[in-house]
Amino acid sequence: MNSDKITKLVLFLVSILILMLTAGMVFSLVGGAIPAFKAFGLQFIYSGEWDPSRGRENYGALPFIVGTLLTSFAALIISFPLSFSTSLFLGEYYKGTRVARILGLLVDLLAGIPSIVYGLWGFYVLRPFLIDLGFGGQGFGIFTASLILAIMIIPYATSLSNEIISMVPNDLKEAAYSLGATRLEVITNVVVPNARSGIVAGYILAFGRALGETMAVTMLIGNTNIVPTGFFQTGNTMASVIANQFGEADGLKLSSLIAIALLLFVITGIVNALGKMIIKKFS
Amino acid sequence: MKTILSFVLAVFLLSSCQNSPNATNKAGESSKKVSLTAAGATFPMPYYNLVFKNYTTETDVLVTYGGIGSGGGIRSLKDKVVDFGATDAYLSDEKLAEMPADVVHIPTCLGAVVIAYNLPGVEELKLSNELLEKIFMGEISNWNNAALKSNNPDVKFPNKEITFVHRSDGSGTTYIFSDYMTKISTKWAEIVGTGKSLKWPVGMGAKGNPGVAGTISQTEGSIGYIGSEFAFAQRIQTAKVQNSSGAYIVPSIESISAAAQGDIPDDTRIELTNSSDPASYPISGFTWIILYKEQAYDGRSEAQALGTVTFLDWLISEEAQGDASKVNYAPLPPLAVEKAKAILKSVTFNGKALLK
Repeated sequence: MNSDKITKLVLFLVSILILMLTAGMVFSLVGGAIPAFKAFGLQFIYSGEWDPSRGRENYGALPFIVGTLLTSFAALIISFPLSFSTSLFLGEYYKGTRVARILGLLVDLLAGIPSIVYGLWGFYVLRPFLIDLGFGGQGFGIFTASLILAIMIIPYATSLSNEIISMVPNDLKEAAYSLGATRLEVITNVVVPNARSGIVAGYILAFGRALGETMAVTMLIGNTNIVPTGFFQTGNTMASVIANQFGEADGLKLSSLIAIALLLFVITGIVNALGKMIIKKFS
Repeated sequence: MKTILSFVLAVFLLSSCQNSPNATNKAGESSKKVSLTAAGATFPMPYYNLVFKNYTTETDVLVTYGGIGSGGGIRSLKDKVVDFGATDAYLSDEKLAEMPADVVHIPTCLGAVVIAYNLPGVEELKLSNELLEKIFMGEISNWNNAALKSNNPDVKFPNKEITFVHRSDGSGTTYIFSDYMTKISTKWAEIVGTGKSLKWPVGMGAKGNPGVAGTISQTEGSIGYIGSEFAFAQRIQTAKVQNSSGAYIVPSIESISAAAQGDIPDDTRIELTNSSDPASYPISGFTWIILYKEQAYDGRSEAQALGTVTFLDWLISEEAQGDASKVNYAPLPPLAVEKAKAILKSVTFNGKALLK
């Protein structure tokens, strides 16, 4: 057997292993979630009740689904102006300069900060600051969590959009300039339309990242297991309720938490598939 | 073929390199004759860490403890992956029946749940049963409430919203707290009840004692409940709570001890909350170690079984109990020690008692 074949074999085996790991994870999630779905049926997904009291146990995932989607969407909206301007700055205005390189490095550095550090900063700095500004009572809640998430996903959205924007062919831009277009017109009429799907894909990946974030959110969202009625209300997310509750959970409650994990897995899967599809369309 | 062999060899070498530190570790551990594993409640962890370490240095028995929560402790004992488990809430008859064999409870020390608050300038806060109910049910939502004022005439309350901070994770601390609330308030008993995690009428959640304590210390106008061992160690400001004799009691090692002065059932399964002792702090409770009554299971050796009960016998001895207050727990009262000793003597190996 030659080395080529061996390499091929090893690579094949390792890929199969990864595939089996993923399949095993799905299998155990589904297996663990069955009792919850058996007990509550599809109502589990749209019921807003989360009552762990003995004798009247009743679990529904709606508060957490709403909390997760709400914080993630809000984070996306808040981070958009920041990350989009940064990627234009890096990929178009100051493309290839030293300033852009340093700034790009700093933005990437944001991605490397552990989420517990964001959580601590949010708890001790951002939250008191929001209270001083007069935003909702004690500073805990959906809004604060979204704000910290927005900062956390900036590097994910920025890196990809920046790369795609800098890949827009110079010929096209030069053609637009030769027709007398201003820089802003070039950006809005040439750069953005050309890079559109890449930019969108970057934001979808950033959104996927926001969906699964746990530690920083749990420290700021207030951890109340009810469907939030307002932006400044406390709430909870899917990842955060699992992290909080699994330690002492058993029976139906454990199964419900696993069912939430399964739902989160499905939602994240859909979001990522969407991102991949858009990237594919672009290339 | 040669390449495959060398590849396999390389993998083997790599993996053995990685394993070698572990292997030496294991050899070091096995020089101890018996090695006991336990897991469970996080509430008594500072105490267990201290005394388990002492025991390991004094004897040739290695005791390792994993703080994974009471529920985890019960689950681990059920799966027979530990020599004994630890829990803050005793197993109900129903839970006991779910276990694969007879399980006994050994109380190890006493702790309490304190009511912590953050009101700058308020040094002393007295909370009656009625006030506790109204605050934690959300019926009193501002500190300048008339009922609060009339119960604390010397205190100048600010016009500030009350923020109740509870545990977001399941916890034995929540269990003791809610057990007390259930005893003093019929409304609480009906709507909220007792449990390790609850459906809270008001408030926000934070994870663990450190999370609740941190949130309270950072949030003016907040109130919440914290494990006494943590609150004492951190010198957190706590409220005086009214006990069943009507007295307002400061939580302390002494007032917690007082809660266990009454009669204790033979199996030691008792909630000490709302104790009738006039000097007792009312939100107190035992924490337990749980083990199988018949120690010959899953091929355990007699040495292992004997090691387990000898260690537990030491744990309730004066030597170990004397260390409890060092880490802010109350030691067991004599009656509890006596009952625990009787239970340990009933633990058997193949039907024969292990301790004489």
